Amino acid sequence: MKHIISLLMENEAGALSRVAGLFSARAYNIESLTVAPTEDPTLSRMTIVTSGSDDVIEQIIKQLNKLIDVVKVLDLNDGKFIERELMLVKVKATGAFREEMKRMCDIFRGRIIDVADGSFTIELTGSGTKLDAFIESLDKAAILETVRTGASGIGRGDRILKI
Amino acid sequence: MTNPTITGAEIVIRCLNEEKVKFVFGYPGGAVLHIYDEIYKQNGFKHILVRHEQAAVHAADAFSRATGEVGVALVTSGPGATNAVTGIATAYMDSIPLVVISGQVPVPAIGMDAFQEVDMVGITRPCVKHNFLVKDVKDIAATMKKAFYIAASGRPGPVVVDIPKDITAHLAEYIYPKSVEMRSYSPVLKGHSGQIKKAVKLLLEAKRPMIYTGGGLVLGDAAPELVKLARALNYPVTNTLMGLGGYPATDSQFVGMLGMHGSYEANMAMQNCDVLIAVGARFDDRVIGNPKHFDVKGRTIIHIDVDPSSISKRVKVDVPIVGHVQSVLREMNDVLAAEHANAKPNIADWWKQINEWRAVKSMVYQNSTEVIKPQYVIEKLWEVTKGDAYVTSDVGQHQMWAAQYYKFDKPRRWINSGGLGTMGVGLPYAMGCQFADKHAQVACVTGEGSIQMNIQELSTCAQYGLPIKVILLNNRYLGMVRQWQEFFYENRYSESYMDSLPDFVKLAESYGHVGMQITKPGDVEGALKEAFAKKDKFVFMDFITDQDENVFPMIPNGAGLSEMILGKEK
Repeated sequence: MKHIISLLMENEAGALSRVAGLFSARAYNIESLTVAPTEDPTLSRMTIVTSGSDDVIEQIIKQLNKLIDVVKVLDLNDGKFIERELMLVKVKATGAFREEMKRMCDIFRGRIIDVADGSFTIELTGSGTKLDAFIESLDKAAILETVRTGASGIGRGDRILKI
Repeated sequence: MTNPTITGAEIVIRCLNEEKVKFVFGYPGGAVLHIYDEIYKQNGFKHILVRHEQAAVHAADAFSRATGEVGVALVTSGPGATNAVTGIATAYMDSIPLVVISGQVPVPAIGMDAFQEVDMVGITRPCVKHNFLVKDVKDIAATMKKAFYIAASGRPGPVVVDIPKDITAHLAEYIYPKSVEMRSYSPVLKGHSGQIKKAVKLLLEAKRPMIYTGGGLVLGDAAPELVKLARALNYPVTNTLMGLGGYPATDSQFVGMLGMHGSYEANMAMQNCDVLIAVGARFDDRVIGNPKHFDVKGRTIIHIDVDPSSISKRVKVDVPIVGHVQSVLREMNDVLAAEHANAKPNIADWWKQINEWRAVKSMVYQNSTEVIKPQYVIEKLWEVTKGDAYVTSDVGQHQMWAAQYYKFDKPRRWINSGGLGTMGVGLPYAMGCQFADKHAQVACVTGEGSIQMNIQELSTCAQYGLPIKVILLNNRYLGMVRQWQEFFYENRYSESYMDSLPDFVKLAESYGHVGMQITKPGDVEGALKEAFAKKDKFVFMDFITDQDENVFPMIPNGAGLSEMILGKEK
């Protein structure tokens, strides 16, 4: 099953490679991984999207906790949470395509952030499945380029990951 | 008023003295010259010059295994650092606390493919508990303090501190922190009281209980607590390869080592027990074989370990107890005494069953008057040393025979590479033990394959006058490889024959040591007595042993605990 794991770690050189190295050394899946400093510049927050059986996920959490630089680990799937990902898509926008693209973008509540002679660049935010759905609904031949940030997640209500 | 400033190199030395380090095992080179210059000027610790960096780390590792203190090694950048990696990985797999200081090229040269540059932090990341690259002289002291703290606390392990050369020349005030507080690292020490009570209750209700302890019990210095618990309950005890000495091998409750080459009774009891308590052990592949086969017979498992990630990793555990093994066992003994003082568990039927398994005598071998049997050498070694030696081994058949036939009654006496299985550790391990206890009897049980992997250390032994006794079980084969080829590759002995061996007697003598070759079974005991009587001499004993002897019992790779192959003679 897919899990979104959030963690806080010391914002130090090499900390990211310790996490990435752990996943490859122990053959855990990694679907996406995002990291950036938090409001406290000594801490980084990382979101890892992974998948595996309950036993594997349990080991992943334990192994992450074992890394000396990792301060706190939270499996967001243990409770209610919100997941968001940002995607930029460059699509062909010529002739009749131009109107069609504009309409699809509106349906998915995206924004066109760059307009060129033959193309639009659309910005879209949402859960991974929403972004997948948008891609699905486009004509494959119309997609020139896509870039996704990987998921970020946060617990709902008073589920707070903080030290 | 501010303190005077000193160089980074001097700070390193002061930190080591602050940690009361007695020995630093190392080898000099360009990037650590400033540090070596400060070593020249100090007398807080003794520096031991090895002949290869791998041996420096192994010797520091053995010093730690023998004493419980943090071992320290010092190597230069580049090849010095990479030579140390095998030693670091060996210590990591067996959870041995080490601080390895490696030199690095100057900070401005990092990433420039400089002479003798290697990304030590990157290379060692998967085989250290933690590592540091110090980029500011002001950080050296705090980093060293953290390194020693991380290495020794929780589940111990090696920590690498990589220090660029220019940093060791820069000046800073010396302030050694009194203590370490890390928000990201605080190992759990005390076990959960509710879980401990539950565990005691389960143990008392058991009909077929089993106590299984590993290297964690030895590292956690919890042998006395285990003996107390086991004796109070009168339950059978088995030790893993890493756990030997955790429970006295000559005690009647001890059923021998378990695992791939464990005793029949230990493996059968492990497979058939109804309540199992695992202490500082991790159910690894060489211990329980195939976990699916192990699961077939259901049992309730209590697992005490300081590392939560060791629990329910290969085998699902019913009562996990995370904590320092010594503290948890102590609390279990207290609960037993306070709340169950009158409990007298009756497991006579279980002991009857175990004794029937014992009667199989899985460790009996066919002795010979013609050719030296390796098992016989180990039995005699045990007798001659009165079971009180530090025994180090390399990796292979001789390692298993040493584990099977030397009865370890004390913890920290059996020193071997269980996890990584590193050939070549035996001689440097013996050095570490002899430095730990200069009057002790230290025997290095080895094979002619393994000993040649670090044979250059004969020179180090000569330099420091180490009276080690090398027990070479020379069968002219890479014995364990040959055994697997005999069993699983239809006797195709691919590259497992050891040709062109040196004359070990002359080789030892060339370093100023005593060399002996023993070819007849009748001479084994006398030769061992003669060697150990030479209390101040390094003696290299080349025992020419049976070429075809195999290690039994054996559980084939991937099979279950009750699927042992017993010896040919049975």
